[in-house]
Amino acid sequence: MTDTSLAGTRTAPTLRLTVNGEALSLPAGASVAGLLDHLGLPRRKIAVERNLEIVPRSLYDETSLGDGDQIEIVHFIGGG
Amino acid sequence: MNATTLEDDGWTVAGRRFRSRLVVGTGRYKSLEETAASIAASGAEMVTVAVRRVNLSDPNAPMLQDFVPPTQYTYLPNTAGCHTAQDAVRTLRLAREAGGWNLVKLEVLGPPPFLYPDMAATFEAAAALIADNFEVMVYCADDPVAAKRLEEMGCVAIMPLGAPIGSGMGVVNPYMIRAIKAQAKVPVLVDAGIGTASEAAFAMELGCDAVLLNSAIAHAQDPVRMAAAMKHAVIAGRHAYLAGRMPRDYRADPSSPTTGTIR
Repeated sequence: MTDTSLAGTRTAPTLRLTVNGEALSLPAGASVAGLLDHLGLPRRKIAVERNLEIVPRSLYDETSLGDGDQIEIVHFIGGG
Repeated sequence: MNATTLEDDGWTVAGRRFRSRLVVGTGRYKSLEETAASIAASGAEMVTVAVRRVNLSDPNAPMLQDFVPPTQYTYLPNTAGCHTAQDAVRTLRLAREAGGWNLVKLEVLGPPPFLYPDMAATFEAAAALIADNFEVMVYCADDPVAAKRLEEMGCVAIMPLGAPIGSGMGVVNPYMIRAIKAQAKVPVLVDAGIGTASEAAFAMELGCDAVLLNSAIAHAQDPVRMAAAMKHAVIAGRHAYLAGRMPRDYRADPSSPTTGTIR
């Protein structure tokens, strides 16, 4: 499990998230949009769930993340 | 009989019209290129897809939708891997957000080795999804009582298995498939079990509205050619059903006139 911390200094508060089962830290105040940018994920045809609640695509910018949030980011893959 | 009467005007599910009566899965191919080529050869307009976590370590990995564009094909998100109603509803809510549509394939499976539909959990999930405005095409047992109940609940298509998923055993209970079709007012699709073209044709000859298959194409030696075979099989089976087969008889009935023979 890797910690891809953006801000690891003692002075900057960080959010500890679990994203698709992996630990990840972001600066406090980060939004869902900030998380997707940090991960380098294209927004096309993905869906984001925060603590079991869907985050609509239109609300990525204004949805702030909280410490301890459980995030799932999914997309479509081949299946029968 | 002229060419016009030989047209098949397709089938309708939840108000959406499809000309192709073949629905194909997008799983189990060697590559996304092979997936795309096979699906194109199948002539299918609707494809099933799974919902899974994005690979965070490789965010720019090729994506299914780059090869099988959702602008060209109707994506039918499935609930593969879900063993409870809660998991199925959660998965399809995510699918709706990712894809923006509410036509879905519900499958709640029992354990290996048969992955047989768990009908108690399927009923529970269907009720929850219908209450949440999903249009549910439901994978189910070849059980006419269960099929009728799913229809009465509001499922938009009934999809009994021909045989267990990925088994390639064909339509092993044709009598019940025919019974389910005979009583249904919504489309009936044989989903799972088809292994080769004759079996897809047979499912259509039973009167089914369409066939859903995946492994029969993906696990063929030449998937693209098998996809083409399936396309033609489904068309042939539909025509054979509409044409109405001749009666069976164990005795011979000469095809040539029995009069006017030379002496």
